[in-house]
Amino acid sequence: MNDNSYDILIVGVGGQGVLLASEILSEAAMSAGFDVKKSEIHGMSQRGGVVSSHVRIAPKVYSPTIQEGQADILLSFEQAEGLRAITWLKKGGIAIVSRTTLIPAIVTSSRKYHYPLDAVAEMKKKLNRVIGVEADKIAGELGNPRLVNTILLGILSNYMSFDYDLWIETIKSKVKPKLVDINITAFKRGRDISLSAVKA
Amino acid sequence: MRELLSGNEAVARGAYEAGVALAASYPGTPSTEILETLAERFPSIYSQWSPNEKVAFEVGIGASIGGGRALVTMKHVGLNVAADPFMTFTYTGVNGGFVIVSCDDPEMHSSQNEQDNRFFARFGQIPFLEPSDSQEAKDMLITAYEMSELFDTPVMLRMVTRISHSKGIVELGETVHGPDKRFVKDPSKYVMIPSNARKRHVVVDQRLEKLARFAEETRFNTVELNGSRIGIITGGVAYQYAKEIAPDLDYLKLGMGYPLPMRKIEQFVNGHERVFVIEELEPFYEDQIKAVGLKVEGKRYFGRLGELSPFRVAQGLKETGVLDRVETPTISVDEMFPRPPVLCPGCPHRGAFMALKKLGVAVTGDIGCYTLGVMEPLNALDTCICMGASIGNAIGMEKVKGSEKGTVAVIGDSTFVHSGITGLLDAVYNKSNVTVIILDNRATAMTGGQQHPATGQTLMGEPTSRLNLVNLCKALGVESVRELDAYNYDAALHMISEEMQRPGPSVIITSRPCVLMPVRIMDEPYVVDLDLCTACSACFRISCPAIAASSETNKHGHPKAVIDETLCTGCTLCAQVCPPEAIILKSQYVKA
Repeated sequence: MNDNSYDILIVGVGGQGVLLASEILSEAAMSAGFDVKKSEIHGMSQRGGVVSSHVRIAPKVYSPTIQEGQADILLSFEQAEGLRAITWLKKGGIAIVSRTTLIPAIVTSSRKYHYPLDAVAEMKKKLNRVIGVEADKIAGELGNPRLVNTILLGILSNYMSFDYDLWIETIKSKVKPKLVDINITAFKRGRDISLSAVKA
Repeated sequence: MRELLSGNEAVARGAYEAGVALAASYPGTPSTEILETLAERFPSIYSQWSPNEKVAFEVGIGASIGGGRALVTMKHVGLNVAADPFMTFTYTGVNGGFVIVSCDDPEMHSSQNEQDNRFFARFGQIPFLEPSDSQEAKDMLITAYEMSELFDTPVMLRMVTRISHSKGIVELGETVHGPDKRFVKDPSKYVMIPSNARKRHVVVDQRLEKLARFAEETRFNTVELNGSRIGIITGGVAYQYAKEIAPDLDYLKLGMGYPLPMRKIEQFVNGHERVFVIEELEPFYEDQIKAVGLKVEGKRYFGRLGELSPFRVAQGLKETGVLDRVETPTISVDEMFPRPPVLCPGCPHRGAFMALKKLGVAVTGDIGCYTLGVMEPLNALDTCICMGASIGNAIGMEKVKGSEKGTVAVIGDSTFVHSGITGLLDAVYNKSNVTVIILDNRATAMTGGQQHPATGQTLMGEPTSRLNLVNLCKALGVESVRELDAYNYDAALHMISEEMQRPGPSVIITSRPCVLMPVRIMDEPYVVDLDLCTACSACFRISCPAIAASSETNKHGHPKAVIDETLCTGCTLCAQVCPPEAIILKSQYVKA
């Protein structure tokens, strides 16, 4: 990754706002003058399945999907899904992961599968750059559990060259009017958390 | 003006810019958003959901013969349903331009097969264009209308999921008015009795020759020369994957994929040392190119199953010897638990499936959300073939195996209207003892809650007559038609058992709407009293995403249950199956 191209994979579980986050990211990239493609699969994924969105940003983009093992940044809204997706990252890639835990019924009912005890710790064993954040708790403090996606976007924004104002303008254009203020607050919280994490 | 549009949104925009008069469809992933976008952003175009793809296709034909530009859209398997009018409309040709958009689903992200509909264009002897990004989706649709009117043919725009659901930057244009045409009586062209059809088949043959000449000239079949000895012939999304991996090779990009520009291909092949055909799914180009005696290679390196990807193309090119090395993923992860899609919390299909599982009967299934009933731990479905197949499957199964344990067909309301009605008629006519459960949630829910004739609303948002399913079933000759509250587990058990004992066909119609559409239904949530919970796991087995394992266990170490209050819709099913009655309404829970 450099300031010229970004391959970003966003993952989560149906209903977490993966698609809105990738929409905001893509629109911001277009406004910043980049070519951009984003690819996602809907359909059955809205029924509690895994959702992933590939966002590719560069002066010229061909493939709508990222090559396996070549993503610069992984943005995960659920920790086990973050762990599942790390194979997409390239060596030295960054993982930004919400510690949100969503255990599917198939795990609770069958006793055949297990959910990783600490997926963020598992990721840290394999990657040098993992930012685990309790985004669901922060979203709860802000009064809306659905803000996890915007908080994570805030963190992501620290690793990209786009102007701050461009992010804010894009959020304003993509979020329902009554939710704009709270989303901007969430975005700022994410941006601040990351900077302090980097300092520490 | 530039906008970030998905392939489907770009098609809708293209329809607007091409001056389309009418669009018709039946929803199906990945095609659905084309008509949704038309209805939302371009209401000047008359757009409608039809009961199924065959009707949508016929509506489109009528519009074309009447003089308007017509658009019909469907997923790949939808064209199987519409194949009958398709194969004859290719004979009559058009009046107003006619484009059929086929959205194929390589990798079967949400489909029952991954058929390659490029063969349908060849089967019907009509041209197809295949975009490789959103911009081309819009541009090609507009050109497709011009081709349709110029060559007097329906034209296919062939998309795949990765084009339909990927967004890219699109330059917007102005809307144009198509040529001013009107209906002119011409039975020799539009009435396909054998004597007329024989003459039209000759026209089809001649048309194909003209189209083959056009394929040599069209700007969508382009050669990109970079001075390499290796040449790549490709098209659609495969072009993008190949360019990603090997941008400096020579390319022949096929935007118009049938009929093929054979002269151009021959020249390209002869000008290169080795030529590889990179295409998704079937060797559609490769076989035709080899058939004229040209030497190309392809499928043995790139495979014919599932989606291509940059990685797969890189692997294939390495095998050919063109690439020295492939960037492989360096970070691995141990195998993890699966996260399959499941029925939503509060889904009204759950009660029927719980009852069917308890009864242990053979259940023939169909296409829709309820296909998810096959997943663990519900395991409530035994077949799933195509739209409407559940009833026919049940009739056949019941005829050969008898009614020892009975056969039950489950079918959604939208699917029943699409192609279940004739199956039910068959059950009546042929005296089948099948029990049919119409899972009526009043939406085409799997694709996002679209309207259909039994919802009382049109695509363009107007209220309309609502098909009465009870009266319809009775009119078909079913004597026993009963309604069931899908949230009442005991009632479901009893009613299904009773109807299975009854000779002749029976219909049970469940009566709770989809919890997500059109408005999300949330009632007071339930909670688990952990003092009462014995960790028996009865509630886990109903496969509700709102029920999870608690950190508290019983003396055997088995986890007790906990309910996620933000997901629980208060449907009551878990409370009904909880032996110690530990699941109670939140307001009634008093902490000890």
